[in-house]
Amino acid sequence: MAITEADVRHVAMLARLALTDQQVGSLTAELGSLLGHIDELRKLDLDGVEPTAHPLAMTNRMREDVVVHGLAREEALRNAPDTDGAAFVVPAITGGGDVS
Amino acid sequence: MSALDLSSLSARQVRDGVAAGDFSARELADASYARIQALDADVHAFLQLTPALAYEAADRIDAARVAGEELPPLAGVPAGIKDNMNLIGTRTTCASRMLESYESVYDCTAVRRLLDAGALPIGKLNMDEFAFGSSTENSAFGPTRNPWSLDCVPGGSSGGSAASVAAGMVSISLGSDTGGSIRQPAALTGTVGLKPTYGRVSRYGVVAFGSSLDQIGPFGKTVDDAALALEAIAGEDPYDATSAAATVEPYAAVLDGDVRGLRVGLVTDILEVEGCAAEVRQSVLDAAKMFAALGADVAEVTLPSAKHGLAAYYVIGPAEASSNLARFDGIRYGHRVDDAADVIDLYSRSRTEGFGPETIRRIMLGTYALSAGYYDAYYGQAQKARTLIIQDFRKAFEQFDVLLTPTTPEPAFRFGEKSDPYTMYLNDFYTIPVNLAGNCAISVPSGLCSESGMPLGLQIIGDHFAETTVLRAAAAYEKALGFDTTPPLVRGRV
Repeated sequence: MAITEADVRHVAMLARLALTDQQVGSLTAELGSLLGHIDELRKLDLDGVEPTAHPLAMTNRMREDVVVHGLAREEALRNAPDTDGAAFVVPAITGGGDVS
Repeated sequence: MSALDLSSLSARQVRDGVAAGDFSARELADASYARIQALDADVHAFLQLTPALAYEAADRIDAARVAGEELPPLAGVPAGIKDNMNLIGTRTTCASRMLESYESVYDCTAVRRLLDAGALPIGKLNMDEFAFGSSTENSAFGPTRNPWSLDCVPGGSSGGSAASVAAGMVSISLGSDTGGSIRQPAALTGTVGLKPTYGRVSRYGVVAFGSSLDQIGPFGKTVDDAALALEAIAGEDPYDATSAAATVEPYAAVLDGDVRGLRVGLVTDILEVEGCAAEVRQSVLDAAKMFAALGADVAEVTLPSAKHGLAAYYVIGPAEASSNLARFDGIRYGHRVDDAADVIDLYSRSRTEGFGPETIRRIMLGTYALSAGYYDAYYGQAQKARTLIIQDFRKAFEQFDVLLTPTTPEPAFRFGEKSDPYTMYLNDFYTIPVNLAGNCAISVPSGLCSESGMPLGLQIIGDHFAETTVLRAAAAYEKALGFDTTPPLVRGRV
């Protein structure tokens, strides 16, 4: 399965990365080479083997339903690039301009 | 300058000295910063120094001693913290432009426990960006250099954690290990590095890379110091549902050097892998002989599926990383472009500007492996291969208490030497299977390469939650070998 530039552009879109043409070119080559090494996995006969999601046998962990305080609003907003003091500010997601 | 030389003292000697009044915690902080002042322009282990926090902690210890109170187990021990662990009052950058100005708003549990045990938070340590790498060359703020030779990498991703301990800037440090990021730099810098069993140490507050693989663990100059640090940080945490309820044992109390009757397995099949230096191979065979001489029952064992670990890891690790790093979107924290046309443009360009090349590579690889049409071929197969590796270990631990392999296929390499990503990834060939299976393992210095004079490391692997056994074996080996962990850079300098 050779990876193409079109694949790389598609995956970049999925990953929300804005790659330059030059980055697309180098990543196509690098990912192609890495996938070549990883390809041994596809050749293994693993029929009937259970996939592992977690290294240790774990079950759901329950805890007491006790209210604890989370981050205060000002703490949660402290590292935000843009806030109005009460919420994160983002660019308009739907059209129509100012909704206030 | 303080007359105290941290590189000649173990963490245990430091805390005993504080308790006895031989020196104050404040003097220890002084000694740590003096050493950093003298060497860190060359080594660049630290991204941030936190003297206000360190001296505040030191004064608390000194006051407690004067008041005759019982001192905590790491009282006055200078400690460094990898910069992917949160601590209020510090920035937590993950060595990334993305988080260059990120200020912690809560504490990582393991860090909190280390400080509650009396350790002094000297500063935050350099690493490969988001822990992606084996050399610290992927740090956005410049690499760390190996105290054994400034031309060589210290390993990674916890390269700052390893170098700071090797250079005697701190007594102990914390690192994180997803595919070898504690053990590999420990091997390359002649220090001891322990990756605990998955779940042994809470992951709360360490910036996530591969959530089914990540573990926090300690670096020290001695096995005993690593054991003391593990004792402080281990244990269940309500903030991490994957943290284990298993009892925290007094790890440092049982290091008596006695390994008589211990069943030691020498892993022979992966020893023959291409790229494993002859001298590295020999050092493991010598270690096996040494264990036999100490009265252990040594025999050969194979891990037939371990050789597929690297391929499985480079699907599972990037897949988990690509999901975890989706949180960096320029909205709640992190880098944000200021001229976005719309929200998708804001996400995409903020991410691309904030992340370095290896981070982008891993996100791309992981997203590809999880994308429609490829999921079964890559991610599904990798998770099945993981099952086989776990079964190999399970079988081996029916017969053996510990397993021996090299930590790395070769000693520290020069900067820029491994420009091809896969060649770099090969450095973690021996450490990766342990993360996939969730086991614990330690790297202990096993000698010096005769050509380059750089340290080699022996990896001792244990069963789930068998840290006590691994530490006991490592301590016996350390004692029998008598390796001098002081790098030339540090000798003769105070």
